[in-house]
Amino acid sequence: MSNDILVKAVEVTKNFGSFRALDAASLEVKKGEVCCIIGPSGSGKSTFLRCINLLERMDGGAIWVNGELIGYRRDGDHLHEISDAEISRQRRRIGMVFQRFNLFPHMTALENIIEGPVQVLNEPMAEARDRAMALLDRVGLADKAGHYPSELSGGQQQRVAIARALGMRPDLILFDEPTSALDPELVQEVLDVMKDLASSGMTMIVVTHELGFARNVANTVAFMEAGKMEEVGPASQVLSMPKSTRTAEFIKAVHN
Amino acid sequence: MVMEVSQVADQRYEIAHLKLVPKRHVGRMVAAAVVLALLAGLVRAFAMGQIEWNYVAEFLFAPAILQGLYNTLIMTFAAMALGIILGVLIAIMRISGNPVLSSIAVGYVWVFRGAPALLQLLLWFNLALIFPTIGIPGLFEFRTVDVMTPFVAAMLGLGISQGAYTSEVVRSGLLSVDSGQYEAARTIGMTQMKMLRRIVLPQAMRVMVPPIGNEVIGMVKLTSLASVIQYSEILHNAQIIYFANTRVLELLLVASFWYLVVVSVLSIGQHYIERYFGRGAKSIRATI
Ligand SMILES: Nc1ncnc2c1ncn2[C@@H]1O[C@H](COP(=O)(O)OP(=O)(O)OP(=O)(O)O)[C@@H](O)[C@H]1O
Ligand SMILES: [Mg+2]
Repeated sequence: MSNDILVKAVEVTKNFGSFRALDAASLEVKKGEVCCIIGPSGSGKSTFLRCINLLERMDGGAIWVNGELIGYRRDGDHLHEISDAEISRQRRRIGMVFQRFNLFPHMTALENIIEGPVQVLNEPMAEARDRAMALLDRVGLADKAGHYPSELSGGQQQRVAIARALGMRPDLILFDEPTSALDPELVQEVLDVMKDLASSGMTMIVVTHELGFARNVANTVAFMEAGKMEEVGPASQVLSMPKSTRTAEFIKAVHN
Repeated sequence: MVMEVSQVADQRYEIAHLKLVPKRHVGRMVAAAVVLALLAGLVRAFAMGQIEWNYVAEFLFAPAILQGLYNTLIMTFAAMALGIILGVLIAIMRISGNPVLSSIAVGYVWVFRGAPALLQLLLWFNLALIFPTIGIPGLFEFRTVDVMTPFVAAMLGLGISQGAYTSEVVRSGLLSVDSGQYEAARTIGMTQMKMLRRIVLPQAMRVMVPPIGNEVIGMVKLTSLASVIQYSEILHNAQIIYFANTRVLELLLVASFWYLVVVSVLSIGQHYIERYFGRGAKSIRATI
């Protein structure tokens, strides 16, 4: 049963100077599950995601993705920090979608998706191109392949960014507030793509303020506060009958 | 009464028959006239002066001048290539986060920006005075005077000091790239070098090309310093000719002509390079 677990974070701690951004945060996500992380601004949601793909180095605790310890090599009872090349290798299987899209502005939509497979996975160009076109089609943007990011709307850019993450054939995709920078009328098209992705069995950890999406799509919901996982549980339970009063207060505040 | 008012109003708003008189730029016309008069005076002075224009024409395509022009171009290319390679290297060391590398980078800029290019050129050229031979003892060794030809000394002197300036241009280019771009590149598993080469530098180029274009044009003219160590660039060759025939001004005009031609061609090239690296970016002009 334990090999069903794709992400396991155990007591992850992260300090910025004397400020504790993550305080023994633990989380388990099973293969094919969607986990939404909610919580007030500054509670450490982004920092937690960034520890999973090593954009941030944790100060304590450990994270396993697909059974592999992230950022360290275990040798008996010693933990060795892994090399930069090893870090790059671990990141390949972990996609990330950012609030501000972060598409490469000097490349077209198609080139953005091809870049990783060709440059990092050494896939042949023709194959990468075919796959990228299929991915663009999947996010509904086949007709925008030759457009530069500056020529796309926010919602379209975010869909290209999701296709770019998928291009790496990831085990897991991390979403950091993927719809927060979008105009209200563009939010749904991105959520639809994510919902579609979830039903195809992709494992996803999604930091979001869209409680509706969490209710409909997430299997588990984690409520973070002050660097701690205040409450983690099945989506319906956490959102409808939270055990923690802090969770209840937050959900009530978001609904108003 | 009512009808009268509406007739008056109709006439007032009827503009089809009116003639448009464009704004007269009197100031511009006066300024242009003054400039033209001054230019005419200057042309006349040169025409009447002691300049033998037939000499200018004769030496414009003289083999020694063309050879000098060729050497000037070669030196510009060699010194600038060295400058850009060093500049990129030093800039990357500077922002690498490795304290040893970044101290070396700071020291490099400090030293080589701190001494005049002419002085550095002379130092390299006269290196034999302190190091008669260079090499790795036991492996290989050369006599310094054989290695340190005018070409090599000029390239090192100009290229290394250029590297100090160019590294600051490159650094500002790297800093201009949004941190989200670095993170996106890391997220798709790129190594540091690949990220710089594929994602960061191409975007930084947009910021770097105008100042580097400026530096290349500066370098075309800076190569004339190499004449003091007997490198046969165009000014050096022009001087050799006028030492013999005393047509000083004529030959200086010949050299000026060629410098102007080279700089013009480079400026046009810069335009196209800027357009290439600006792809995908919204034009600034369109937003002003
Ligand atoms: N690089 C950093 N240096 C110093 N402090 C930081 C840094 N990154 C984050 N922090 C701090 O850590 C805390 C958690 O930040 P984080 O970005 O993870 O919050 P968040 O839950 O994602 O908030 P938001 O909903 O506003 O995105 C914040 O108080 C923030 O100020
Ligand atoms: Mg955040």
